Amino acid sequence: MAIFEQDVAVYDSRRPDELHYAHSRPTSEARWVKWTLIGIGVAFMLLVVVLPLLVVFIEAFRKGVGAYFAAFVDRDARAAIGLTLLVAAISVPLNLVFGVAAAWALAKFEFKGKTFLTTLIDLPFSVSPVVSGMVYVLIFGAQGWFGPWLEAHHIKIIFAIPAIVLATIFVTFPFIARELIPLMQDQGAQDEEAALSLGATGWQTFWRVTLPNIKWGLLYGVLLCNARAMGEFGAVSVVSGHIRGLTNTMPLHIETLYNEYDFAGAFAVASLLALLALVTLIVKTILEFRFGDELAGTRKH
Amino acid sequence: MAASLTRSRPNSLAVAPALVAEGPVRTAIHPAKAGWSFVKPSVIPGFPLTLGYTLTYLSLIVLIPLAALFLKSATLPWDQIVKIATAKRTLMALWVSFGSSLLAAVVNIVFGLIVAWVLVRYKFIGRRLLDAIVDLPFALPTAVAGIALSTIYAENSWIGWLVSTNGPLHLGWKIAYTPAGIVIALIFVGLPFMVRTVQPVLEEFEQELEEAAATLGANRWQTITRVILPRLTPAILTGFSLAFARAVGEYGSVIFIANNLPNQSEIAPLLIIIRLNEFDIPSAAVIATIMLVVAFVMLLVINLIQTWARRRYGDL
Repeated sequence: MAIFEQDVAVYDSRRPDELHYAHSRPTSEARWVKWTLIGIGVAFMLLVVVLPLLVVFIEAFRKGVGAYFAAFVDRDARAAIGLTLLVAAISVPLNLVFGVAAAWALAKFEFKGKTFLTTLIDLPFSVSPVVSGMVYVLIFGAQGWFGPWLEAHHIKIIFAIPAIVLATIFVTFPFIARELIPLMQDQGAQDEEAALSLGATGWQTFWRVTLPNIKWGLLYGVLLCNARAMGEFGAVSVVSGHIRGLTNTMPLHIETLYNEYDFAGAFAVASLLALLALVTLIVKTILEFRFGDELAGTRKH
Repeated sequence: MAASLTRSRPNSLAVAPALVAEGPVRTAIHPAKAGWSFVKPSVIPGFPLTLGYTLTYLSLIVLIPLAALFLKSATLPWDQIVKIATAKRTLMALWVSFGSSLLAAVVNIVFGLIVAWVLVRYKFIGRRLLDAIVDLPFALPTAVAGIALSTIYAENSWIGWLVSTNGPLHLGWKIAYTPAGIVIALIFVGLPFMVRTVQPVLEEFEQELEEAAATLGANRWQTITRVILPRLTPAILTGFSLAFARAVGEYGSVIFIANNLPNQSEIAPLLIIIRLNEFDIPSAAVIATIMLVVAFVMLLVINLIQTWARRRYGDL
């Protein structure tokens, strides 16, 4: 193609730089169109996506490094960070076990109602976070199904850690399963069949054959699941009760500080979550770049 | 697959004469049973365990709680449901949610398409970085996005200042704490859905088709509008539905940038929370059920689009 353009230039009386604009290949756009589109795309991304990220860090350090780190000395901020880590530490492994089990059942076997089951697993993605939280209020809340019984037995679920964990599990439910299902479907069952025919037990087959095959996809799913678990706001907001130092996760603590006009504090805590998002994106990009073949649905979320 | 076929064939041949010899009863049961089995036979173990665990966990975490919501609404008297659903505040909240989500999704069609096009078709410095950044709205917690956006578009700082009466442009625009702010937040959360749905289809687009169009005399604009865009339509519609569905349910990034005035800039998810805090569980349940039904309809629409696209263009 490049040769073709040069040939034209030889026989064309116009100046070469003029030619750039006059001629474009029939299967690509004129140069000015190309650069206008790139300009619009980049400008839009900078304005809509990059600017908010930058603002988080700029506002966090607006009052200086001292004020930034002072925000984390606060006991409530530390409690919020601790709670967020705890909630993620419970919900991510639970969804990990579920994701592997669901992918095993759905990818290695053919059974009736499989498509329907896959749709059901994806369901939490379509539900508003607020609705995801409120369903647990209907079950465990004071006016809910088990409310009176729980109260009689002095068990607190709503406005306490169990409900926060439940709501987080709900919203992060499909992440690992939907990453593993297409991946394991693509890989088929030949490897496992070979291992079994050579005398491996079911568990040996899983640990030594399946798990090494899916490890990068699994990591990818865990990464996305964890980012969402730590950052979930709507669902957790409904069930937490916003008790400072007790049931405030990091996103909720950000809201509390922001509403109290402690912007530096709010953005300082927010910068930690933004950093988590950045690390998630970087690791995700590396995984896609290096192990793209061992991930499924890389482009789909 | 091949292995299981070769295994089952000699088996059935061996079994058949034996069954005939033993009597007609087992011949009648066996083929029938094979045809009716719930799961296709496999040498892989663990099906009952994994399926059982999947169903139990799914039921406990997702299905029973969602059923509780439907039950709560269904057990309310019909006229109460109608009264809640048609209350002015409910209707306005739904209108704000759906209207701004629609607007944001339309904006995302245009810019999402441009971003996807630029990422797939052009080589330029920073393309990989741009590609990675597209997923940021997925990864950035909504509360963080919310406070950042409301700071950017508030009258006294950043872009909000730039377009305000006091700003250098003297435009007198207000973005934060107006419906425009809601749309901006929803554009932010919906963008990756659009880009990531269109991008793979564009990547796999057969460029021979463009060459064919060009040799048949189409100019570039005609090729794009008549050859490329129709092929992208299912992906655009899917991306649009996904972005719209996400925006309708969005809460975290919106409540900071909206001033949350009833009947003006109060979104439906916020109204649910307000009703819950008032211990008005029936109202919260009815509004939540409406949103859930809409979510299911959107899910159905997305599936229909994809089925249609698969039939029309092969796999998507």
